[in-house]
Amino acid sequence: MKHARAAGYDPISSRLRRIGALVRKESRQMLRDPSTVLIGIVMPALLILIFGYGLSLDVKNVPIAVVLEHRSQEADEIAAGFSLSPYFKATVLTSMPQAQQLMNQRKVDGIVRIRQNFSHQIASNNADIQVLVHGSDANYARIVQGYALGAIGQSFLRKKMEGVVINDGPVIVQSQTWFNKNNDSHYFLVPGLIVLIMTLIGALLTALLMAREWEQGTLEAIFVTPVRVGEILLGKIIPYFCLGVIGLALCIMAAKFLFNVPLRGSTSLLAGASMLYLLVTLGMGLLISAATKNQFLASQIAIIVSYLPAMMLSGFLFDIRSMPVALRVITLVLPARYYNELLQTIFLAGNIWPIIIPDLMVVGAMAIALLWLARIKTKKKLG
Amino acid sequence: MKSEVPDKEQAISGIALCKAFRRTSGENIQALEQVSLNIHHGTLAALVGPDGAGKTTLLRMAAGLIAPDSGKLEVLGINVTADPQQIQSRISYMPQKFGLYEDLSVQENLDLYADLHGVTPDAKRLRYAQLMQMTDLGSFANRLAGRLSGGMKQKLGLACTLVRSPELLLLDEPTVGVDPLSRRELWEIILRLVRDENLTVLLSTAYLDEAERCGHVVVLNQGKVLVQGPPGEVTKLANGRVFLVEPPEGQPARNLQAQCFDEPGIADAVPEGGLVRVVLMPGMKASLGSIGCLTAGLDVQPTPARFEDGFMLLLHQQGNKAAPVSPGTVRQTPLADKDRCEIIIEVHDLVKRFGAFTAVDHISFEVCRGEIFGLLGPNGAGKTTTFRMLCGLLAATSGTLRVAGEDLRVARASARQRIGYVAQKFALYGQLSVIENLEFFASAYGLRGRRKRDRIDWALQDFELSELVKLPSGQLPGGYKQRLAMAAALLHEPEILFLDEPTSGADPLARREFWQRITLFAEQGVTVIVTTHFMEEAEYCDRALIQDAGRLLARGTPAEIRLLADSRGGQRPSMEDAFIAIVEKAREKASTLAMGVA
Repeated sequence: MKHARAAGYDPISSRLRRIGALVRKESRQMLRDPSTVLIGIVMPALLILIFGYGLSLDVKNVPIAVVLEHRSQEADEIAAGFSLSPYFKATVLTSMPQAQQLMNQRKVDGIVRIRQNFSHQIASNNADIQVLVHGSDANYARIVQGYALGAIGQSFLRKKMEGVVINDGPVIVQSQTWFNKNNDSHYFLVPGLIVLIMTLIGALLTALLMAREWEQGTLEAIFVTPVRVGEILLGKIIPYFCLGVIGLALCIMAAKFLFNVPLRGSTSLLAGASMLYLLVTLGMGLLISAATKNQFLASQIAIIVSYLPAMMLSGFLFDIRSMPVALRVITLVLPARYYNELLQTIFLAGNIWPIIIPDLMVVGAMAIALLWLARIKTKKKLG
Repeated sequence: MKSEVPDKEQAISGIALCKAFRRTSGENIQALEQVSLNIHHGTLAALVGPDGAGKTTLLRMAAGLIAPDSGKLEVLGINVTADPQQIQSRISYMPQKFGLYEDLSVQENLDLYADLHGVTPDAKRLRYAQLMQMTDLGSFANRLAGRLSGGMKQKLGLACTLVRSPELLLLDEPTVGVDPLSRRELWEIILRLVRDENLTVLLSTAYLDEAERCGHVVVLNQGKVLVQGPPGEVTKLANGRVFLVEPPEGQPARNLQAQCFDEPGIADAVPEGGLVRVVLMPGMKASLGSIGCLTAGLDVQPTPARFEDGFMLLLHQQGNKAAPVSPGTVRQTPLADKDRCEIIIEVHDLVKRFGAFTAVDHISFEVCRGEIFGLLGPNGAGKTTTFRMLCGLLAATSGTLRVAGEDLRVARASARQRIGYVAQKFALYGQLSVIENLEFFASAYGLRGRRKRDRIDWALQDFELSELVKLPSGQLPGGYKQRLAMAAALLHEPEILFLDEPTSGADPLARREFWQRITLFAEQGVTVIVTTHFMEEAEYCDRALIQDAGRLLARGTPAEIRLLADSRGGQRPSMEDAFIAIVEKAREKASTLAMGVA
């Protein structure tokens, strides 16, 4: 028995050498295989550009008709407020039927109507402006409505500051958007994108590449060497972790310089949280490939259990609090949810430890659990 | 066996090993059943047996990759279930798919395995030099493994297992799909290792002549050991029962072979050097004259037995003789008058270049209707390229080419109706069942209604696929896949059948059955063009050509080709000897010519 142990003695240096050999092999394959570069670099770049520029939830240049049934200084000022605003493209008209016609033809998405007796109403402190919005897209309509009301409110505010005495109504609405003063949707889209990209690189790419080794029989040959399962896994984790970090760096730079998203928390905290999440997705990818051993199946499962939830249920596109209870419960086990929260907090609010610490702990625990499961599930066995 | 304890002195010692697998369709497959074996240190041992005999399972078990359901297996004195890692650290193993990384270069593949095996830099330098010399891979060190020819891939796979001296080498079908020249080189390497380094090797093979060169043979059939011992023990079974029969004047040997093969008193029959080699069943020797196919006053000469004769006898006694092929109709319109050669394929001065590389270099030949024509040549000789041009899948660079009077490249689709093509590795839809595959191919060939039903019924019946109609074709055993691929290519009753390496990786039984069918097709007037790596199969052909590096080296009947290489006094060279001699002579000439130019 003592002899057997001596034969099985395996110094740390030879372990490191084997891991080094596997990492070298993987990196070479990575650089030569166009599909890796595609998923690892080109796809994140495309996602950033498409989501970043294409899918903005902001509304700008809304075509709107401003109907001045009565001309007065006050009315003109309000019309000018719309004309000068970057959010609207105003067409000034004098009659309501004209405006209605434009609305019917969908040439404008809203009508602001200033009635004939507007000056009287202002004088009697009971002014009333009609705002009509094309409601075919409810979300859009709400945003347009909000902007229109804002624009009207601002012109009154301006007057007030100019010293004109206007009696306030019974209720004053003072709205202010915190953390995102410009109400710029890039502020939450870009952190969400980082979640997606980290998920893609970690889970999808790793699941695919490990499953390929099972399929092509290369693992069968590698198994019959002194290499241990843990070393094989590390040989996959290390290069793809590095690829993920490159992707992350690209994303953070895009966020800062392309989309001007503020980074209010610390960069190192952001990097640390991201690396932890990368380990979670790598663990997922390795677990999926160990369970399926088939590229097609692995990619399907990776998309269903990691990518789609990261997109739909992480709070990236849809607010978790407005989801039905059942879905909200599901989000509790989704690592992407915690990572998304971490990113939004670090980017937009700063190092808010009461949120960050519990989230980090959950992500960390998930990373340990998934990597451990992957290690258990990957066996040097066939058939 | 003396006791129930595995013998520590053996390199491999297994007792009563059992292993069952579950197919996805639900049935249980007993891959190994009560297998006991012993392989001594320093032995070269072979596992032989038909497809599904359990060879790969046993090798994987010895590599610690599959645990036995019951029984005990010790490798190098270590129990495989208790400590597979220790075994894996000390042995080397080449799986059937070799485990090469195709996007890494030759050198990078070697480096990976050397580092995994912990070879020191000094030892590495020494060993690489040795390996490169042994395998001739030196000039390809920077080539990606995926760009190597089949034979070179096998050599690289072997080199990767030899980056250090293992205590045991396991090889799963190391020579499958490899041409005779590369096969001989691989064997030289293996034999040298056994001789010089006293290496223990266990390999599985479908080539029975390879088993004959081993010190120890384990014959497996359906998961059970039939015989084990020196190959002579198997050969001995056929001693005094093997005869060479001369076919009647003017008849190809394969017709007599086909008749004899169906005789109940005959265990095996193969064409060989224009004669037919028959192996009699036990007890038939006395009544030689009573055997139907041998009565017609033919010349019958006894000949020494080979391993293959004994092996076939053994399998036949187990009840797995290749099922006799029913003489159904391949074509409804049989062709008359074979004496007159009606040229159906005409190739003149055919050239194909890929950039600067000439794959096919001025080849000319003709094929007569109803002939079996063989295209032989080493890996990368340009056989598949020639084939694809004939089928109209690839445009020729220059030269003319007529198949059934037309150039298929420019001919209308109707002309393609006249050919059937079975690609290498069989282009079947693995997820579709047997019947779904047949229906698809029938529709693809434009068969409809009654004719379609008739032809599918014919295919199921003649190729004995009826019982497997619902099984996805991906799960068919090897031999059946080949049958289905052939059936699919014959549904539209083509006049010409192209078969690209149809028997690669097939076991001896499946190969005999295959040639039975081919012989039958030819009798009915179908022209068959076939490529193969089994040189003895060229004996079934009416005529064959040998191609290397794109050039035509020899052309003629098997007898004429053998004559070209008849250098060894008196003794009939086998087709394989002839092939190697012809190719080597041509290569020598080419290299001296090249030197002369330089």
